[in-house]
This record gives sequence, structure tokens and C-alpha cells, in this order.
Amino acid sequence: MSEVAEKVSFQVNEQGYYGVFGGAFIPEMLYPNVEELRDNYLKIIAEPEFQREFNELLRDYVGRPTPLYFAKRLSEKYGTNIYLKREDLCHTGAHKVNNTIGQILMAKRLGKKKIVAETGAGQHGVATATVCALMGIECIVYMGELDIERQAPNVARMKLLGAEVRPASSGSKTLKDATNEAMRHWISNPVDTHYIIGSVVGPHPYPDMVARFQSVISEEIKKQLKEKTSRENPDYVVACVGGGSNAAGAFYHYLDVPEVQLVAVEAAGQGLTSGHSAATTALGKPGVLHGSRTILMQTEDGQVVEPYSISAGLDYPGIGPMHAYLYDSGRGRFLSATDEEALQAAFELARTEGIIPALESSHALAVLDRLGATQDQVVVVNLSGRGDKDLGTYMKHID
Amino acid sequence: MNRIIKLFNDQPTGNLNVYFTAGFPQLDDTRRILTALQEGGVDLVEIGMPYSDPVADGETIQQSNQKALENGMTLRTLFSQLEGMRETIHVSVLLMGYINPVVQYGIEEFCKKCAEVGVDGLILPDMPMDVYLNEYKSIFDSYGLLNIFLVTPQTSENRIRQIDEVSAGFIYTVSSASVTGSQTGVSNDMESYFDRLNAMNLRNPRLIGFGIKDRPTFEKACCYSQGAIIGSAFIRILQESNNLEEDIKNFISEVKANKRTEIGV
Repeated sequence: MSEVAEKVSFQVNEQGYYGVFGGAFIPEMLYPNVEELRDNYLKIIAEPEFQREFNELLRDYVGRPTPLYFAKRLSEKYGTNIYLKREDLCHTGAHKVNNTIGQILMAKRLGKKKIVAETGAGQHGVATATVCALMGIECIVYMGELDIERQAPNVARMKLLGAEVRPASSGSKTLKDATNEAMRHWISNPVDTHYIIGSVVGPHPYPDMVARFQSVISEEIKKQLKEKTSRENPDYVVACVGGGSNAAGAFYHYLDVPEVQLVAVEAAGQGLTSGHSAATTALGKPGVLHGSRTILMQTEDGQVVEPYSISAGLDYPGIGPMHAYLYDSGRGRFLSATDEEALQAAFELARTEGIIPALESSHALAVLDRLGATQDQVVVVNLSGRGDKDLGTYMKHID
Repeated sequence: MNRIIKLFNDQPTGNLNVYFTAGFPQLDDTRRILTALQEGGVDLVEIGMPYSDPVADGETIQQSNQKALENGMTLRTLFSQLEGMRETIHVSVLLMGYINPVVQYGIEEFCKKCAEVGVDGLILPDMPMDVYLNEYKSIFDSYGLLNIFLVTPQTSENRIRQIDEVSAGFIYTVSSASVTGSQTGVSNDMESYFDRLNAMNLRNPRLIGFGIKDRPTFEKACCYSQGAIIGSAFIRILQESNNLEEDIKNFISEVKANKRTEIGV
């Protein structure tokens, strides 16, 4: 009597697409590099020696597994069971390092001698500079001129780690322009340089490769939740989305488990209709950005719009193609939180649980009262980073 | 017959293609520049459709894109400026730009407009070949538009053959691993790459671009191909010019300087 449901996968297909999103929309100058990566990344990731080295570094260097913490007081407040995946306890202070460890090992196996990366808030830049120092590899990080001013401590960290921070002075002088500059650098240095993209964006295979490196997050959640609750699937997984790498990691092993609701939280900035927002799915349309077909904020004429969020890590005009597909297909539930809501959520977590979250992660915390989670349900929030870098902003806004 | 194909049939060597960004330096300069280029003696013109995030372009062209957008340039405005150009313009005209604004305009509508105003070909560097073949080629074909592909020193022989197979008009030969506006000139490495391409006996003519900026670099490029493309160097002329018509004509005649009779084999 029941029909056999068609098996839909939310993983990337062989052509590098998630539904209609993804692909590799790159100029010919980047083709050989991207092709080399595409033809080798799955093979390399599957090598036992790669797996051994990757897992060893995640354990001994990054500090994995990160705890899955039952937030008792927060749970009482919202009348449900809230678990925090503590990516904020990773070395360098955020989940970003899971990906840079994977990519630096990939770069070594591809015979690359130099690394280029982009960064917005500086978290990915620091995570990249860190693994380059670890491996003794030259590192250049492009960062928007405006972000260099806004994120001075992370600029100092990168320099201390031996990286060269180059200002991106084109366009709006923020993350999207740093990404453009990193791509231009790669175009000009195609043979010896690997580009470590920091999120699940860019041409195929980057979104899939970065998602795989971040998938350790949901792999651990499954195991840890089972130990704590005897069930491995929560009712909700909640994560913030800029480009979407922490969300991709937290969702990954639940993509094809329909009973788990995947909740992506975008930055509404000063409000969806304020003209100062970074809520891509609410405000964007399908198009092409940084090498993939995805959803992006753009004018009617197809010019990329400069986004705004109080959180520099969510200040990006697009989302990864995986997320575009989750949104478009209805598999993901996309919400947004304003600057103010994120700030309040950060203060609340600090005072109820003694944890100061990053502004990015605070956006995920800000929707807890909107989930509709009941007393017997389980909510996992991916606490992607810690708030040290945001102290200046917090102090400015605290009551 | 498509003007570009006819051009290379009639004149197999020494072709000069000049790029400029629509809407730069002033919003309404498009037709003036086009006319001056033709009068100066160019063979093809590549009109840039400005974009906020031109990843394959260096600083000079980026800035011209940004200025053009600030001036209010859009595809709609560009098409209205080009309306009726074929009453006076007989050189080949290509539109160059990134794919997102074209997709937003609508591929079919865009191609229809191109055909109406008399555009001969398109250069969309971030359009993947498989997307072109599967989704767009039939539309381009039905409006008589040629799609120009790029090759670089890193492009494998197999892929060059594949590009040659699906190309018509010419192949845009990127001289070095760089974005536009690099100051590399024509080095020994490049010469061996150009020789390698020559030895492949491709179906399509080739124009060399990136690093071509004046008469010596143009003439050098012409020794290895059917012509060359100047972009950033021309944008700099426009940037500094107080008399567009005169400066454009002087620049072009200096670059071409009876080129065909000197080298034309």
C-alpha cells in the first residue's frame, strides 16, 4: 500500500551539482587547477595514510572530539532539550580549522608549495596561517581593507603565525573582494599554489571537499548524542549560515535523514527590509557567484550587492550551493536573526551557561524560541566559534 | 556570413582587437569610442559589460568596471546605445563580460538583443563549456552569435583540441598565467607556448591577449597568431584622455602602423 519513495540525495552529484546549484563557473585560467583538484580529491581523502594523518591532527592538534554539552539552564528556559556542539573549543577558536587541516594535507599531496586564502572576520585566515605554520608552508591571506581595520586582533594573529596579510582594496573592500583577490592570485600562480577556500563556496569540488572536512562535526554529534540520549538523531540541528561551512558540517550526516529538521540561520543585519542585511535566501535570487551557481544577493541587473551584518563572518552575499539546494528543495528551514537578536542571544548564553559565543554562532542561538521544539524533543545547536574576537562589539552593546 | 568569420577569411593576419568597458569614462561614450576605434583602423572591438566582481581582470579593468557601474551602466542602457550602430559600424563587435548579469537579463532575450543591434560574438570567461554546450549553444546559434573560448599556457592539449572543436570565430589565447593588465610583455616561455599552438594546426584563428599594450608587443604577437587583443593599455589611454577621438585614433594608428604590409606573409 505504501509507494516506494524516490530516493533523493542532498549530496553533490558526479557532475558537481546539488540540484541545479553548484558546478564550476570559472575562467579558463583556473580550469587546470580546479580540474586537478576535482580529479584527485576523493582519491586522496580515501587514502588510509591521509585519513590517519587527518584524524590524528584533529585529535591531538585541534582537540577533537569537541564536547556535545547539554545546556541545562538554557533547556529549562526554552522548555526543550538543548545540546551545544562545542566547536568554539577547537584550536584557533572555531570550526574553521577542521577544513584548513584537511586542505593543507590535500595541498601537500598535490605537491603545492604555497597557500593562498581569503578571510572576512579573520577566523579562516588565522586557521589557514596556523596550519601553514604547522607544515612550514608559505601563506598569503587576502583580507578586505575595511576588515583589516575592523578585525585588528586576527590580523595580528596571522602575522604572528608568519602569514602575509594582503589588503584587498578593490570593490567594497570586504570578504567578497578578498575572495576575488585570492582567485586572481591563484590565476597568476597556477602551478605551485593551492587556494584554501574557507567555506562551502566556490567551484566544484570545493563545496563538497570543505563539507567533507567539516562533516566530522555531525559524525561526532551522532555518536555523542547516542551515548547521552540513546538516539543518534536529534529533532533539530541549528547552525548559522554565511557561506555555510559550519552548517554544512553539522547537517552533513543528517542530509538524507528527513526526520531531522535542518535549521539554517542567516544574518538579517539591521532587518530584512532595512537595506543593511546579509540574509541571502530572503533577499537573493539564483545566479553565479565565486564559481558556482547558487543564490546570491544582487541587483536587478545582476551586480553583486554588498551585504551587511554585525558579524563579519556572516557578511557574505551568497551561500554555498548545498545550502541553496536545501533552501530551494525545502529540505532546510531557513530563518534569520537580526544584529540585535544575535547580541541578546550572546548575552543570554554568557549569563545562563557561562559560555561566550562568537557573534556568528549567536545567530543560531537567537532562533531557539522560534523552533517550536517541545519538551521531549532534542535540539542541537552548532556553537561554531567563541566570542573572544567579538569582545569589542559586545562591550559596546552591553546594557 | 558572421562578420568575424568573414574577417579572418579575408584578412588572415595582423588583426587588432581592442577592448573597452561600456560606460567608461562617461556613460554615453560607447558610440564615440566605437566610431573612433573603427576610424583608427581596428578590426574587431570587444565591448566590456561592466560587472561588480570581475575575477579575471586586473586593477585597470576592474576600476573601469566600477566607474562604469557608478556612471549607471546596465545591459539595457548598453543595448539602447548600440541600437542602430550597424548604420555606421562595420567592424566586428563582441560583447565581453561575466555570466551573472547575462543570466539575470535572460539568455534568450540577451542573445536576441545582441542579434538585433548587430553583435557578432560573445566572450563570457566564467561560462563553463558543458553549460554552454548543454544549455546555451543552441540559443547562441539561432541568433548567429559566436562564442569565444579562452586557452592559457596551462591548458592541456586535449582540452585545446576540445575547445577548437566547439569554437568558431577565433580562440582567445591568453599569453600568460595572469589576470588582464599584466606587464609581462612577450617572454621566451610564451614563444614556445605560441609555437606549440601553431604546431597543433587548429581549425580556428587565434588572437593573443593579456600583456599586449603597444606596437612592439602587438607585432610580436602577430608573428605567432592571426592578431592580438589590447585591453588595459587602451583603458589607460581613455582614462588619461582629454580628447577621446584624437587620442584613440593616434593610439590605434601607432599600434597598427602599416602592420599588414610589414609583416603580412
